Amino acid sequence: MSNDNGYLVEVKDLKEHFPVRTGFFEKTMLKAVDGVSFQIKPGETLGLVGESGCGKTTVGRTLLHLYKPTGGQILFEGEEVTENNINEYRKKMQMVFQDPYSSLNPRMIVEDIIGEPLDVHKLYSSKGERREKILGLMETVGLNAEHATRYAHEFSGGQRQRIGIARALAVNPKFIVCDEPVSALDVSIQAQVINMFEDLQKKLGMAYLFIAHDLLIVKHISDRIAVMYLGRIVEIGDADEVYHSPKHPYTVSLLSAVPIPDPKTAKERQRIILSGDVPSPMNLPSGCAFRTRCPYATEKCAAECPSLTDRGDGHMVACWNK
Amino acid sequence: MSVEENKMPKRSPFSAQIDLAKFELATEEEKRQQDVMSESTTFLKDGMRRLRKNPLAMGSIVVLVLILLLIIIAPRVVPYTYSGIITVDGVRDKSAKNLAPFTYSKLEQKYIDEGGEVFPHILGTDEMCRDYFMRVIYGTRVSLFVGLFASVLVLIIGVLYGSISGYAGGRVDMFMMRVVDIIYSLPDLLMVILLSVVLSQVITFQPGSLMAKLGSNMVSLFIVFGLLYWVGMARLVRGQILSIKENEYVLAAQSIGAKSGRIIKRHILPNCISVIIISTALQIPSAIFTESFLSFVGLGVQAPMPSLGSLANSARDGLQSYPYKLVFPAVMICLIVLAFNLLGDGLRDAFDPKLKD
Amino acid sequence: MSENILEVKDLCTSFFTDSGEVKAVNGVSFNLSPGKILGIVGESGSGKSVTAYSIMQILADTGKVVSGEILYRGENILNYDKRQLKDFRGKKCSIIFQDPMTSLNPVYTVGNQLMEGIMLHTDRNKEQARERAKEMLELVGVNEPARRLKQYPFELSGGMRQRVMIAMALACEPDILIADEPTTALDVTIQAQILELMKELQKKLGMAIIMVTHDLGVIADMCDEIIVMYGGRVCERGTAEDIFYRPGHEYTKGLLRSIPQEDTNDRLVPIAGTPINLLNMPKGCAFCSRCDAAMKICLEEKPPEMQMPDGHYASCWMNVKKQYEENEGGAGNE
Repeated sequence: MSNDNGYLVEVKDLKEHFPVRTGFFEKTMLKAVDGVSFQIKPGETLGLVGESGCGKTTVGRTLLHLYKPTGGQILFEGEEVTENNINEYRKKMQMVFQDPYSSLNPRMIVEDIIGEPLDVHKLYSSKGERREKILGLMETVGLNAEHATRYAHEFSGGQRQRIGIARALAVNPKFIVCDEPVSALDVSIQAQVINMFEDLQKKLGMAYLFIAHDLLIVKHISDRIAVMYLGRIVEIGDADEVYHSPKHPYTVSLLSAVPIPDPKTAKERQRIILSGDVPSPMNLPSGCAFRTRCPYATEKCAAECPSLTDRGDGHMVACWNK
Repeated sequence: MSVEENKMPKRSPFSAQIDLAKFELATEEEKRQQDVMSESTTFLKDGMRRLRKNPLAMGSIVVLVLILLLIIIAPRVVPYTYSGIITVDGVRDKSAKNLAPFTYSKLEQKYIDEGGEVFPHILGTDEMCRDYFMRVIYGTRVSLFVGLFASVLVLIIGVLYGSISGYAGGRVDMFMMRVVDIIYSLPDLLMVILLSVVLSQVITFQPGSLMAKLGSNMVSLFIVFGLLYWVGMARLVRGQILSIKENEYVLAAQSIGAKSGRIIKRHILPNCISVIIISTALQIPSAIFTESFLSFVGLGVQAPMPSLGSLANSARDGLQSYPYKLVFPAVMICLIVLAFNLLGDGLRDAFDPKLKD
Repeated sequence: MSENILEVKDLCTSFFTDSGEVKAVNGVSFNLSPGKILGIVGESGSGKSVTAYSIMQILADTGKVVSGEILYRGENILNYDKRQLKDFRGKKCSIIFQDPMTSLNPVYTVGNQLMEGIMLHTDRNKEQARERAKEMLELVGVNEPARRLKQYPFELSGGMRQRVMIAMALACEPDILIADEPTTALDVTIQAQILELMKELQKKLGMAIIMVTHDLGVIADMCDEIIVMYGGRVCERGTAEDIFYRPGHEYTKGLLRSIPQEDTNDRLVPIAGTPINLLNMPKGCAFCSRCDAAMKICLEEKPPEMQMPDGHYASCWMNVKKQYEENEGGAGNE
């Protein structure tokens, strides 16, 4: 199968269910991801937003086969990624993790952390070449060469995240999963890291799957946004389109809940406050998962789960009513 | 005018004459000088710095080093052996029984009066005319050797078993841990006694070998340590690995494509090494204690090889007349066990990341 | 001018660690008027939480208020004895924390923990305390309060737990509620619920709130007055409008520039450099090494706090320079 549709990454009906022990003999399936499909073009950024427990991190990890998918397909440049050929794709797909503190081994120096992908895939012929490559990567992410022999715990959060990014870049990937890469950072540092992601994309032409819960940041960095709720994508489309004219009632309320750093707008606007809590993914409501909190829910919502339908210009929404 | 006043700085008495030169833009260089990264420390350096600040741990190290020097140097200096009867001028001295420290027997006294030289009996002699100082020194050697050897045994088996169980997880982990539970439930003293009875009849040692000198009791003690005592270490290592596995850097290594062996070697074991070292340091005194106890009840080393426990045991007989004979080996056991325990505690305080900050 | 319910004067709090003295709070002053919501904003290590803990006197063992005064209705609480302090905490001033899971005791029921606080600070008996607890849960929007009283914390969701925490904090009708990052651990939609609830309760009960957070959005939404902190010092204090529309400190300006805007996707303007190392504080302005407009004096001397033309206070040498230049210009006209 050739790469005929021009997508870099294509995910078809991805499912990830985890067995959870609920009693001594009983097991319930936790449906973390339940039928997610999306496509990413080369050099594009797809933002993936949702609240904690909606399965966005699981999507990112399953893409890289860190969890074995329960069902569905992952295609990279038209070829299916399976457990057997995943190591080949780990040179093309990489990941930047959320927590800059736990994602770097505290017993390794920066040089070895960044150099590990080079070691694993044997991407150098001499020690000198390895060092040269590492210093090049460090420069790319704005670290000083003199930091190479320091341990990760000596750096601040922002610098640690740069080390994590350099590690991901070491294999020259075409696609990076960014799993909440800035949410653990201070506001003033977030902007540095976001700018770096944008610069790297311009320079190296990578595609990103940018997972985050901060909608303002996702809107800023993404070309398209997908909104997840309890293991499914409820809305996907152009970033500005989704942000400024959301269709799904969940997206609408999510956007209205985002605190806006402007006292006048913040105090004037009307919030749509959702009542109640997110249902447990081990015990999903029938039909549309959002219906328990949705102000527009009807009987149809309880009976059948809506699928994504195109509302023009690739803006897809999964809702019966809107 | 009032507006003008408001504009004045609130706190510092600030006049209109300001030094304009100070209000030039600072250069990047000048700014960078403000930003000094703190000095580079490694995990080891940092831990050692904290360890050095701990007087108890440092005192323990000094005590242990002194004991070590003593048991290495003393046999080279003192002309007596642990098993031989004292000889004076080539003649066995049967009168040198139960001498008090720094006293001489009649024979020796005569020899000295005649102008000969006799090395003093620092701790006196025992009831079989052997130099007690040398016996205590050799007893310490045996006890330390047993402690270290047993701990290394426990370390190797425990770490291997624990890391396999923890990393594999799932059914393998479940099965391996149930085996550990079963071993935990075996009474260890009973095992030692049974094994030593069986071993002494089954195995014959080459005469003169180290094992023969220590005797079948000791060998069974080692086997029991190897079979039973590693379970604690295995549980500890498994627990550590389970929690380290949750860290994102292990996930990151997987996403890079690193194989399991590499992940265990580079990412998991280096991060639980501190816990392993600490618990080994605490394992040593417990092994020494067990050995001393077994020797005390008569299941220890083969005579004439002394151990601190058997020395204490034989000192019981003359306790009324020669109480110091119990004191010396007992003090030695206390010193060693206490020093290792305090050192282990100090190591934990200095290196355990959970107590950090 | 209204009577201030709380005055903090030149507060300095340090932590004494292995590596030396960490001056977490270094000369912080502010006033809190009754019934107002005051926001303390800053990044990690700015000393915002330590300021809050200093007021509550719940610092860790290594921490100590080194100098300064904390005046509650004119009384310095630093001079309080144990009994007075117990009375102050909970009855006059209470605190809610970031993580509602760890701040509730997992082995007691919600009702138990609520009633304990009520009985400790008032002379209600057990029955009355239970009634009061039920009332409080109803007030904070917990459904089926009678059933919830018998539940354990792990049976509640994150949002519910934070509501219970708020109920506990407000059960004895304190004058001051300190909220230390109350919504950071919560999801956006739950955060909106909690913020809305806090605003509502503030209107209903009229207590003053000190809101400690790093989130400029939350601050903008909630607060009447704002204190911006950096490196243990106050950069700027004023009303929400002052801070967001007329920032008077380079740090505040940089912070506002670095957040993404709603209507444009223009490149962000980050603040350069790395956060300050509290063990190695600069002599002058804490922010100088990261400031684009840093001047020679910023490296050498601490900037004085100065009133801006619109009445709010900022500590930045840029303002001194600007005022000097204006005076020079003005002098020509006179």
